[in-house]
Amino acid sequence: MRWRVAALAGLLALGPFVGSLVATAGVLPEDRADVLYHYYDGGGVEIDGPSILVRKSVGQSVSLSGNFYIDSVSSASIDVITQASEYSEDRTETSLGVDYLRGDTIMGLAVTRSDEDDYDADTLNLGISQEIFGGLTTVTLGYTRGSDDVGKRGSDFSEEAGHWRYRLGLSQVVTRNLLVTFDYEAIADEGFLNNPYRRVRYLDPGNPLGFSYQDEVYPRTRDSNAVALRGRYFLPHRAAISGGYRYFDDSWGIDASTVEIGYTHPRGPFTYEIGYRYYTQNAADFYSDLFPFRDAQNFLARDKELSTFTSHSLRFGVGYEVPLDIGGFVERGAVNFIWDHIMFDYDDFRDVRAGGVPGTEPLYDFSADVLQLFFSAWF
Amino acid sequence: MKPRSMLVLLSALAALAALGGCAVEPWVKPYERDRMADPIMNPNRHPVSSSYLNHVHEAREAARGAAGGAGGGCGCN
Repeated sequence: MRWRVAALAGLLALGPFVGSLVATAGVLPEDRADVLYHYYDGGGVEIDGPSILVRKSVGQSVSLSGNFYIDSVSSASIDVITQASEYSEDRTETSLGVDYLRGDTIMGLAVTRSDEDDYDADTLNLGISQEIFGGLTTVTLGYTRGSDDVGKRGSDFSEEAGHWRYRLGLSQVVTRNLLVTFDYEAIADEGFLNNPYRRVRYLDPGNPLGFSYQDEVYPRTRDSNAVALRGRYFLPHRAAISGGYRYFDDSWGIDASTVEIGYTHPRGPFTYEIGYRYYTQNAADFYSDLFPFRDAQNFLARDKELSTFTSHSLRFGVGYEVPLDIGGFVERGAVNFIWDHIMFDYDDFRDVRAGGVPGTEPLYDFSADVLQLFFSAWF
Repeated sequence: MKPRSMLVLLSALAALAALGGCAVEPWVKPYERDRMADPIMNPNRHPVSSSYLNHVHEAREAARGAAGGAGGGCGCN
């Protein structure tokens, strides 16, 4: 659990189900199986593992899906190095979903379970998607409820957290070449929302380092809103360009913007993809890299995920259509490789490993490589 | 413009759009939607991949939600 924001647990595995649920109202998602290997390397953290997603129709109006996902984490991040010791752990997620088609409406239900040594999460997802205006517009509504049990290794620490997510999506065919989507999502959290392993630092003249650490204290509630507008345009030579902007704000004082552009180009059996993503956020109201004294305020955070930072991501992907015809069961297959290179630059999170006068250490930055290799089969 | 007036205006526009949509023939005919049906126009072409990358982002950023996946609407059936 220590490598990520605690409140996230349990929501990952719903992604494939949410995505398929709302992909095209009036048409059930394709029958397909995906076997993915993922690898993340950045900031002293290595994470890898498989993700297997299988979706199969039953009759004309029901589609079943299942996802199995593992994160194998080996962490020597700056947080771990400066406040704890290196560790390894596994996280396993299992999800099951069902979609039901009736007319131009798809209704979906999915449940997921995430297990770690110190964190368990259960999530329920409901969704409905409806085509209107002759199929040019798709309206989607979604609701997700998550319940987490938070623990801490080597102690009897036990807390709970709850999450509620509400989604509205609109997809509009504007012309025969242009598709525009609008998404809004409100999220409410309640309970223990910080990471029990993370601590803040404060000036302490009595410590030879000049500072000491104390536990973080987060508010026990958080509300956020995110709104996004995206477009995808079909180019005459059979390629697609895409772009999008997302704005986010929350009750902790964080504002964030995300800009994405991409280009997809099929050529023969190959499909090439390039992309760029820019992300920026300001810090939470209760964040500080160095507090002036112990218990300086009611709420205290030094999670770099709550600091002011920007990131730039570059993407390259290539896919290859595999000619497959296995006994009339598998219709076609594809192998895909996607590489994302992400560069993080923090504006108020300092690298304390450098030493020196507290508050004057160099600002922290790191880059990460994210690799995905996956095989897909349609049947 | 005051927020309340803006809200009334937006509501009226939304209602007009909804009513208009009911009466207007789809301006992109079903036989003109072949390009929308092309896999490269699917914003969520590989659900297992986009879900994973969304997880990578949400674990390292404060922002979450509205990550997309609402694409489609091509009426290709």
